Amino acid sequence: MLDLLARLGHNGLKKLEAFGSAGIILMQSLIARPQPATMLPLVIKQIHFVGVLSLIIIVVSGLFIGMVLGLQGYTILVDYGSEQAVGQMVALSLVRELAPVVTALLFAGRAGSALTAEIGLMKATEQLSSLEMIGVDPLRRIVAPRLWAGFICLPVLATIFSLVGIFGGALVGIEWLGIYEGSFWSNMQNSVDFSEDILNGLIKAVVFGFVVTWIAVFQGYDCVPTSEGISDATTKTVVYASLSVLALDFVLTALMFGDL
Amino acid sequence: MDSFDDVIIDIKQLSFSRGERAIYDNVDIQVPRGKITAIMGPSGTGKTTLLRLIGGQLMPENGSILVDGKDIPRLNRRELFKMRSRMGMLFQSGALFTDISVYENVAFPMRVHTDLSEEMIRDVVLMKLHAVGLRGARDLMPSELSGGMARRVALARAIALDPEIVMYDEPFAGQDPIAMGVLVNLIRRLNRALGHTSIIVSHDIQETLAIADYIYLISDAEVVARGTPEEINNATSMKVRQFIQGLPDGPVPFHFPAGDYQSELLQDS
Repeated sequence: MLDLLARLGHNGLKKLEAFGSAGIILMQSLIARPQPATMLPLVIKQIHFVGVLSLIIIVVSGLFIGMVLGLQGYTILVDYGSEQAVGQMVALSLVRELAPVVTALLFAGRAGSALTAEIGLMKATEQLSSLEMIGVDPLRRIVAPRLWAGFICLPVLATIFSLVGIFGGALVGIEWLGIYEGSFWSNMQNSVDFSEDILNGLIKAVVFGFVVTWIAVFQGYDCVPTSEGISDATTKTVVYASLSVLALDFVLTALMFGDL
Repeated sequence: MDSFDDVIIDIKQLSFSRGERAIYDNVDIQVPRGKITAIMGPSGTGKTTLLRLIGGQLMPENGSILVDGKDIPRLNRRELFKMRSRMGMLFQSGALFTDISVYENVAFPMRVHTDLSEEMIRDVVLMKLHAVGLRGARDLMPSELSGGMARRVALARAIALDPEIVMYDEPFAGQDPIAMGVLVNLIRRLNRALGHTSIIVSHDIQETLAIADYIYLISDAEVVARGTPEEINNATSMKVRQFIQGLPDGPVPFHFPAGDYQSELLQDS
């Protein structure tokens, strides 16, 4: 029993310590004299890597999720004779919830795991050490551009996800199930509020982008530089990032829409 | 114990351990300026660790590491990075940046630390690559190089800024005899012509004895012998003789600590 308590305490302290060093890494990467001339090309390269190359998976998933929403919404709403509300339902659920959450989950799997593996392998092959010995801070050179790219990309990807999803919903609703086009769009236009829905969705996306990339780069930077260490770190990135996104989503939703 | 006129790296009472195992226990090492100093010893004695301690990548538990009068463990981040720009280090694995070409790898330290024009950088890069015999490989990516070639590119990168101190971690491992001869000459030439202080970590006894001015032999967390190559060659200590001649039997055990061989074989599992 005492042993169990001791182990619990030990694990708790270790987790806390990891959280602390993740915080230190974050601060040291981001808080520094800005050097746009060296930073910008690196950030753009990373935006290409984590953002542009994630586009296909985001667009395809967005399309299918929009189509499914349209179909499911229709089968329920048609019983109440209010199938024109499909547009509003698709748009609200995408913009408020599904776009930021699903994008963040896909992003964690597609880009987060790649970031962790890349940084972990750089550590294993002594590239991070050799950067240090050349006199370049790997936090500024390797970690910071990846963090910025994640913050920038996720809101953009979530927006694209919403747009494609709405298109998918319209495709199913209007073209296939024959909902009247005018009421589909005007219902959507009337119900989606910019600050209430779109802005809150974007805030979620920014927060998720921050959390997912932070976890990914920390796991890579902190991993044990062996093959098992890297595979372990990659798994942790996906698991921790997904759980944090889902938990944070609840917290943010409660804060944003809880008093409605 | 010899003393040198001009010491560039002065390590005093250094202690460092990994977990329970002491890597260094109260060790003193002086590296003379402008000379080639070799650190030798059986594997696992922490020779690479010593280079990392000098480079400030690891912190000692005790003792001071003075590089040109500055105590490395007590420098702040900025001072440390400044100090590192005066050091070059050749890593055991080469540690080339895999996302940029050979040319860009060698140019990297110059782009970071200097404002040289693109033409100047090009000239220096080609000179350094020529010195290691790989000028023709400048457009290759690190993944296209063999292990030995990668190490030579890494050497070109380590000396790109003509640092005052160059640390070589196993420079001869994995080189064919021709490249080995060229590297030995290159290290010697760099040292004589430019006055670099060189620290070589190596097991390759003949090559190291041939170029080193001064040798430290490390075993069991201590310096077991120090001296010029002649002194090491003529040492009478059994430990030193065993290492120099590569004998399996002697005071340095070949086997990792284990139980009795015969009884372990006969034992039921």
